Amino acid sequence: MKNRIGQRAISSLISLFGLVILVFFLSRLTGDPSALFLPVDASESMRENFRELHGLNDPLLVQFGHYVGDLLRGDFGDSLRRARPALDVVLEAFVWTLQLAAITMTLVTIAAIVVGSIAAFKVGSLFDRAASLLSLIGASAPDFWIAIVAIVVFSLQLGWLPTSGTGTVWHWVLPITILFLRPFGLILQVVRGSMLTALGSAYVKTARAKGVKNNRLIFVHTLRNAMLPVITVIGDQAAALLNGAVIVETIFGFPGVGKLMIDAILQRDFNVILAAIMVTALAIFIMNLLIDLAYAILDPRIRT
Amino acid sequence: MTDHLLEVRNLSVRFHTAQGFVNAVNDVSWHLDRGETLAILGESGSGKSVSSSAIMNLIDCPPGEITSGEILFDGQDLLQLDNEARRALNGKRIAMIFQDPMSHFNPVYTVGWQIEETVTAHGRPAAQARARALELVKRVGIPDPEGALNKYPHEFSGGQRQRLMIAMALALKPDILIADEPTTALDVTVQAEVLTLLHELQDETGMGLVLITHDLGVVADVADRLVVMEKGCIVETGRPHDIYHNAQHPYTRKLIAAAPGKGVMRQPDPSAAPILCVQGLQKSYGTFHALSGVTFDVRRGETLAVVGESGSGKSTIARLVLRLESSSGGKALWKGEDLLTKTPKEMSKVRREIQMVFQDPTQSLNPKMTVFQIISEAWAIHRDVLPKDKWRARVEELLDQVGLEAGHAERYPHQFSGGQRQRIAIARALALEPELIICDEAVSALDVSIQAQVIELLGKLRDDLGIAFIFIAHDLPVVRDFADRVLVMKSGEIVEDGSVEQIFEAPRKPYTKRLLAAGLDPDPAVQKQRRDARLAL
Repeated sequence: MKNRIGQRAISSLISLFGLVILVFFLSRLTGDPSALFLPVDASESMRENFRELHGLNDPLLVQFGHYVGDLLRGDFGDSLRRARPALDVVLEAFVWTLQLAAITMTLVTIAAIVVGSIAAFKVGSLFDRAASLLSLIGASAPDFWIAIVAIVVFSLQLGWLPTSGTGTVWHWVLPITILFLRPFGLILQVVRGSMLTALGSAYVKTARAKGVKNNRLIFVHTLRNAMLPVITVIGDQAAALLNGAVIVETIFGFPGVGKLMIDAILQRDFNVILAAIMVTALAIFIMNLLIDLAYAILDPRIRT
Repeated sequence: MTDHLLEVRNLSVRFHTAQGFVNAVNDVSWHLDRGETLAILGESGSGKSVSSSAIMNLIDCPPGEITSGEILFDGQDLLQLDNEARRALNGKRIAMIFQDPMSHFNPVYTVGWQIEETVTAHGRPAAQARARALELVKRVGIPDPEGALNKYPHEFSGGQRQRLMIAMALALKPDILIADEPTTALDVTVQAEVLTLLHELQDETGMGLVLITHDLGVVADVADRLVVMEKGCIVETGRPHDIYHNAQHPYTRKLIAAAPGKGVMRQPDPSAAPILCVQGLQKSYGTFHALSGVTFDVRRGETLAVVGESGSGKSTIARLVLRLESSSGGKALWKGEDLLTKTPKEMSKVRREIQMVFQDPTQSLNPKMTVFQIISEAWAIHRDVLPKDKWRARVEELLDQVGLEAGHAERYPHQFSGGQRQRIAIARALALEPELIICDEAVSALDVSIQAQVIELLGKLRDDLGIAFIFIAHDLPVVRDFADRVLVMKSGEIVEDGSVEQIFEAPRKPYTKRLLAAGLDPDPAVQKQRRDARLAL
């Protein structure tokens, strides 16, 4: 297991470095920031000064060398737009995204496991069919559309919830609800399927032959086995949220890392783009490690 | 009123399927007394396990439905009791063990936890459960009992897992133990040990034992009384000795006749030229030597059996010779040329001459292809063997040769029975007119009567077409009837190599002797002598 984690760390470092190369050069393809940052009527010498100041005149490879050198010292450079360290800008936004993702995924996990397990135990019942229908709708409805309809209904017509921004608890309700739907639908289906398989397995038969009671059969014998595939899907979905829920954050004016990245790309704020990608990549790496650990805790066969 | 420990009366169970109702058992009656071993013998689909599932309340309703009958235990009809009352009996008064102990243990809990659960599930305190678990694990002969309690099921061997399963079932000293194919997946020597353990435990506790099996040898070894089932009905009941020597029902007679190990032994032909010479073949996985320097020849038209227990490296030989895996050393000379150093292109030519038939035809036939596609695929790969316009006729000819009908060509594998599927796999192997066919446990998954038919087919092909076979098997009686020469393997080495007659009549090595002694004879009288001889060994 220690070996596995070590290997995972090394391969993640390699992919992080690949990511730096890719994003650095790709973002340079978007064009010259001076055209965006300076007024339209700026003179060529002003542009030249701007480029010189930010090192944009150096050959790309030299720029890249500087960047990597700074990176190794923990310096992500400054945001061109905000004139503050890019990392600070990103971390500020990332905290918002992290909170949003954590709250959403906690709710999704609890709801999907409870509803999915009951659906599996009462397979074919009205409850099961209703849950399947709901999860299908949740997993397939486009979130931008639901988000807009929700704003129209709950914010504009009923006036119960704020349309966008942050500040009160109420500001969180709509973004979390919208983000909840898709992973809830997906994970519920995986929980249900996985529980069905586990309930039909040979060790459940043994437990019944031993005289184990029903609730113990479900929550002690099957649930732990059924969780293994579920954890993988939870990880996938959490990773998607950590990347920043671009659409939902944009619609609700939520100052998360997804919105920050889109803004940074539009503004050619290279350092912020890179810093944002590195921070989310690191977060996803840490989350994958946690999933590996959860796997090892749940399944002794993986520990050896 | 009855004084039997357990009595099943006129039990009928049916299952609701897409094709309508299927009767699993029909009007089945049997009984069990204290201290007695009752064997229920049948092939797959005979319904031999259904009445036990009904006793244990393991039949899910729906799709199952108990349409008639009663199950009397302690003067009560179990079928009239509510679920809670039956749960309270399960594990405490009536316990059950199953065929595949790996999948019947919960993989994520320690075996100690699972044994203790039997005790705590019936309201005993945890401390008592721990002590009882330790005592049981010691009794069934697991080394380092304290340590074993904290290990997980996957950390034990198959035989140990079945011992632990027995320990778990016997935790509360039940009156009845139902054992459903308890030794089927085990090696012969381990099978003999597990059966002996069951026998001893029965003597100690006086419990009644119901043993469900397909193996006449197991019946001969332990049963006091025998019930033979076919297609959901009991066809014969009596003492194993009487039934073996004086079977009344045609099905029983067929089953007894099909038991292998009684035919005339073949004599190898020393004049035939060797076609495959394996020299010092090796395979290591890290520091583990799966095969450490194996040398043997296969002569033209000869059947060489490779026998050994699991982990002996017998299947590794097949995979290495066919280059399904790379070897770690040695040579395999096919008509003088080393197979192990050939380029993929050269190897592709040889593949036509050496074919393979695998154990499980359900897995080795692509379910999305018709029989015609499965068999003709070989010609699509080896373009020059047969022009496309002759494929249809040749497929039909091959199907006829393996005992199927030409009309079967357009069907899919799932429309066939296990034995028919193995015939399709054999037809596929024959498509390229090979000189050597490697059969890796090709008949082990089949019912005894089907097994006999497939062996007969292979024998006919051998005589008609002069094909040589490498016949990898763990089932010694089958080998005795089919092979010319035998290699006995253990831990990646050849223990003994000789003609089938020499190996079976005059084994030289102690391991071979032990292997033969552990085999079960279907004749109860012979088996009793054999058991006594083995225990004295």
